[in-house]
Amino acid sequence: MPSSYPRFAANDGVIDAATAALGDMLVEACERVGEVQLHVKREATVEVLRTLRDTPGLEYQQLMEIAGVDYPARGDERFEVVYCLLSLTRNHRLHVHVRTDEATAIPSVTGLWPVAGWLEREVYDMFGVLFDGNPDLRRILTDYGFRGHPLRKDFPQTGYVELRYSEADKRVVYEPVQLAQDFRNFDFLSPWEGGAYQLPGDEKAAQAPGAPTPLKADEVKR
Amino acid sequence: MAGLPDAPDILRDSAYALSSPDSANAAHPTVGDVEIKNYTINFGPQHPAAHGVLRLVLELDGEIVERVDPHVGLLHRGTEKLMESRPYLQNIPYFDRFDYCSPLCMEHSFVLGIEKLMGLEVPERGQYLRVLFAELTRISNHLLNLGSHIMDVGAMTPNLWLFEAREDTYGFFERASGARMHMNWMRPGGVHQDVPLKLLTDIGDWLDGRFKRLFEDAISLVADNRIFKQRNVDIGIVSRDDAIAWGFSGPMIRAAGVPWDIRRAQPYDVYDRMEFDIPVGTRGDCYDRFMVRVEEVRQSARIIKQCLSQMPEGPVLTTDRKAAPPRRGEMKRSMEALIHHFKLYTEGFHVPAGEVYVATESPKGEFGVYIVADGTNKPYRVKVRPTAFSHLQAMDFMMKGHMLADTTAILSAIDIVFGECDR
Repeated sequence: MPSSYPRFAANDGVIDAATAALGDMLVEACERVGEVQLHVKREATVEVLRTLRDTPGLEYQQLMEIAGVDYPARGDERFEVVYCLLSLTRNHRLHVHVRTDEATAIPSVTGLWPVAGWLEREVYDMFGVLFDGNPDLRRILTDYGFRGHPLRKDFPQTGYVELRYSEADKRVVYEPVQLAQDFRNFDFLSPWEGGAYQLPGDEKAAQAPGAPTPLKADEVKR
Repeated sequence: MAGLPDAPDILRDSAYALSSPDSANAAHPTVGDVEIKNYTINFGPQHPAAHGVLRLVLELDGEIVERVDPHVGLLHRGTEKLMESRPYLQNIPYFDRFDYCSPLCMEHSFVLGIEKLMGLEVPERGQYLRVLFAELTRISNHLLNLGSHIMDVGAMTPNLWLFEAREDTYGFFERASGARMHMNWMRPGGVHQDVPLKLLTDIGDWLDGRFKRLFEDAISLVADNRIFKQRNVDIGIVSRDDAIAWGFSGPMIRAAGVPWDIRRAQPYDVYDRMEFDIPVGTRGDCYDRFMVRVEEVRQSARIIKQCLSQMPEGPVLTTDRKAAPPRRGEMKRSMEALIHHFKLYTEGFHVPAGEVYVATESPKGEFGVYIVADGTNKPYRVKVRPTAFSHLQAMDFMMKGHMLADTTAILSAIDIVFGECDR
């Protein structure tokens, strides 16, 4: 039985071709979970994507998605912006990763693909990542006059404001969030990892090895 | 407006143009009128033809659209944020609420992504059932879109007939999953429940009987209808290059003449065993998009029939107990099964760390999910790639130079649902 997920062309040789074409703009190229990832320098974003689009043998004609990811634990360059590319002729997909922080803008690729306009706007709206050269970098999904960037990990799930229709004022009013009960996070992960307490009679088992570390997706035997 | 390069033929050939052939504004239908003020109007967010809550800010020159600024996000529910704090299994119902016209196709992308990360095997019957119901969803989605498109350009009857057929598909979904609309039926490793044999035979009978009659009758009213063609042919033309640059997918890119279908190019589940044709358009206008969808409905019916005849017996969900719960009968007797059941429904399964972008051919186009897993029971980040986002963005250049009344035709030919666009 072949695997269930979409099966595109093999990754053989893609990393070599990309390494040759991109030269020192490339930071790292790797294949993880059957998908090619190219980590590239931020300043070279436009040049990298143009090379990937126009070089014969690479030919990634379509930009399907720009995804932002927030890794606060990384420190200074906490945001990763991921460009998911698709080659219609070679039937292949890969993603290009660029890192940045709150203040440094990523060069916009609206000149290469007009579709990047809204995709970059969304990343800006959700994470506050700036794109240099996007002609229309407004918020897109959040409310008019919204403050903050909701998909950052330090943005609370409940948000800061709530709105309701005020019968007295005959209009919608915004107020600070007031929760009728405390926000509950049903985190079932930690109890199963084992508490730090020791039950009577368990003293001897202290040296016993814990549960095996979960495998990475690459290490799973297929 | 002067010398408008990409004005559609229907404007250039219009009677207005003939009245002043020497003028530089030959294509300008308002020449000779007293004085036209440019003005801006709001289309939506409460408008029956906005297909939900779209707000279009239209800049008009007379009745001609100069610029379109779509304002989206009025249905933004923060789903991606919510998913980061819930176990994978609890996130599947959120996918039903993205494109609520084709819920099973949304779930499909997500479960395939989890399967790719976990390296799960799916039993054959599970794969066939997923393909069968994904195609039934495609039929259901296209029936709604075709019907409402016809209604948006002025015809009433076909929509009523197509809704009747669509209601039947909801009956089938209910019999398979217990819910008419938000099925929550697919699982990593297969589907939640097997279906009764009678349901499969009923789907087969329905395809050849009632569905075929209703669908072909309704389409025969409009496909060759002169008025319908006048509203659609040469409206919103998109060339192949534009379609590629704007990130089009699904019927939108096929109508532009690119024979690209993820079911064929990057087959998932058992699509590689299915025989079906990929319809492509020749002009890339609204009429082509409409006809591509009409043909896709017929091809979907063909795929469903192949599924029905090829589907083997067997389990529908993986027997890997770390990913899928045991059957209920087993759980009542076996201690181990009970523990597995309890763990799966409290803690949930752990997905190994990794990043995948998995895209499937949803009825509206490429619906992708970018999952970042960190090895716990919750996704670190889920990014959904909605089809509508790139298509709606192209509204501006598709609308340029068209009449105000063409807005609804172009909009409904994109096939937009805001649950998916705004997330």
